[in-house]
Amino acid sequence: MLVVLFLVAAPWWAGRAELRLLGEIYLYLSLACLWNLMAGYAGMVSVGQQAYVGFGGYMLFALTMFVGLPPIAAIGVSAVLAAALAVPIASLIFRLNGAYFAIGTWVIAEVFRLTFAQVNALGGGSGTSLPVSIVKSLASSRSGRESLSYFLAIGAMILVFVSIYFFLRSKRGLALTAIRDNETAASGLGVNIWRTKLEVYVVTAALTAAIGGLIFLQKLRISPDAAFSVNDWTAFVIFIVVIGGIGTLEGPIIGTILFFLLRETLADYGSAYLMILGLVAILVMIKAPRGVWGWIAQKYDIELLPMRYRVQLDK
Amino acid sequence: MSSLLSVNNLSKAFGAVRVADDLCFDIAEGEAVGILGPNGAGKTSLFNLITGALKSDSGTIYYRQADITKHSAQKRCRNGIARSFQIPQPFNGMTVFENCLVAATQAGGMSGSKAEQFVVEVLDDTGLLDKSNIKSGSLTLLDRKRLEMSRALATKPSLLLLDEIAGGLTEAECGELIDSIKRVRASGTTIIWIEHVIHALMAVVERLIVIDFGRMIAEGDPETTIKSDAVKEIYLGVDGGEAA
Ligand SMILES: Nc1ncnc2c1ncn2[C@@H]1O[C@H](COP(=O)(O)OP(=O)(O)O)[C@@H](O)[C@H]1O
Ligand SMILES: [Mg+2]
Repeated sequence: MLVVLFLVAAPWWAGRAELRLLGEIYLYLSLACLWNLMAGYAGMVSVGQQAYVGFGGYMLFALTMFVGLPPIAAIGVSAVLAAALAVPIASLIFRLNGAYFAIGTWVIAEVFRLTFAQVNALGGGSGTSLPVSIVKSLASSRSGRESLSYFLAIGAMILVFVSIYFFLRSKRGLALTAIRDNETAASGLGVNIWRTKLEVYVVTAALTAAIGGLIFLQKLRISPDAAFSVNDWTAFVIFIVVIGGIGTLEGPIIGTILFFLLRETLADYGSAYLMILGLVAILVMIKAPRGVWGWIAQKYDIELLPMRYRVQLDK
Repeated sequence: MSSLLSVNNLSKAFGAVRVADDLCFDIAEGEAVGILGPNGAGKTSLFNLITGALKSDSGTIYYRQADITKHSAQKRCRNGIARSFQIPQPFNGMTVFENCLVAATQAGGMSGSKAEQFVVEVLDDTGLLDKSNIKSGSLTLLDRKRLEMSRALATKPSLLLLDEIAGGLTEAECGELIDSIKRVRASGTTIIWIEHVIHALMAVVERLIVIDFGRMIAEGDPETTIKSDAVKEIYLGVDGGEAA
């Protein structure tokens, strides 16, 4: 709690570069939590979540530039649009299993990228910048904008994290966790697997699009390659979740911290940085297949965030 | 008595292995029926067919006079058919209590403190209450079997299918299990119980069905059926109580 308050107050104690980095960390953490919900709990290993990141980003630009919505409203609307789009997409890719599902999600993301590259009004293949008037509408001063975008990022992260926490603690979350552990038994106990997965997919799509909107509100410039980058929005996110501990609430937090520590310390090494990331991932997968958090939790039998239902045993 | 479950000409084969061969039987509301048969006879497969975990090749299954042959496992369970798995299938990452809570809130349709209270009652009855907060992945095989039964009971079933839950119990534990099943029965739940521990089965059921190679080879009141030639033939060379 104190940590969160301290971080919320960052605009008053941190410099511009730190603020930007923190904002980026929050958005990555949000993406990681969402991907973890899908893959770690619902068992849907997607390598195409960049479809929704990019869609959210592009919708932010389109809705502010052509419809005249204020940026924050545009992000809300793009989340709703993403949810609407996710339903027919789900009915298509849910027919695929395992590796085919993953490939399906990637194909969908490529279709998104190629589609947006065709829209000349949004700069086609080379992309576009957010017009100055829209940028100014956020806040007149540069530092005002930077604080605002920081608050939006931390707000989104808290929203994503708290929603996932309460979702997992609810009746549906319980069902989802049951699916994660044993699908046969879950369906034998009345869990509607298809519907539960669909709900997760759609909600994840909406929130991922909102995060995408915030990412490109920070960048102020968008292009198909940046918006639908499988490296930036999926590979790094998977790295975070896998080294942190997939299928745990704490894993993505640990993973994000580790990822940014590595990235900041290795920033000067260029492409060696990617190789080291790969090595770390392999090492963690061999030494601690359930991620760093899984390893800690098992060794010390602790849980940072009480997820379990506990029975008071009065005897 | 009206029939709760009605299995008609049910057949299922895995390649050349017939696990259900033109099976026909009725189970009356409130009845307790035992199923006997050598390993590989198709007993567990029959449960899979009744619960919808397996699709039949032909034949129909009626439950409460409605044709459920094409219903999903999830729908059948919500309508009151629950089973325990012979090979326990716990949700390993969840506690014993949470395992049962899934059953109570999904198939049982309960929520909030009502569901939690009910689960506590079930666990108290099956003797797992003091292990409520333990992760089910770290339970012993015996407790996993108890969990199977608790989880099935937590769905508030009308028809309870039990698949070999008495094996390996001590005399005292077996007595407790029998009492517990009798209580379930007394509350109006219909029971079909596959069991090799014959004295336990005989203490509870009022009818026996004997299956071999997917076919029903004997049926009737327990005392006479167990002494029938068909049963003797199957268990020839296997000493009375326990079949391997
Ligand atoms: N999913 C399956 N695929 C192929 N063969 C199976 C499958 N399930 C069961 N069998 C086979 O069907 C036969 C009956 O199995 P089962 O119903 O488990 O017998 P029982 O419970 O009476 O011991 C066995 O020979 C088993 O190997
Ligand atoms: Mg069996």
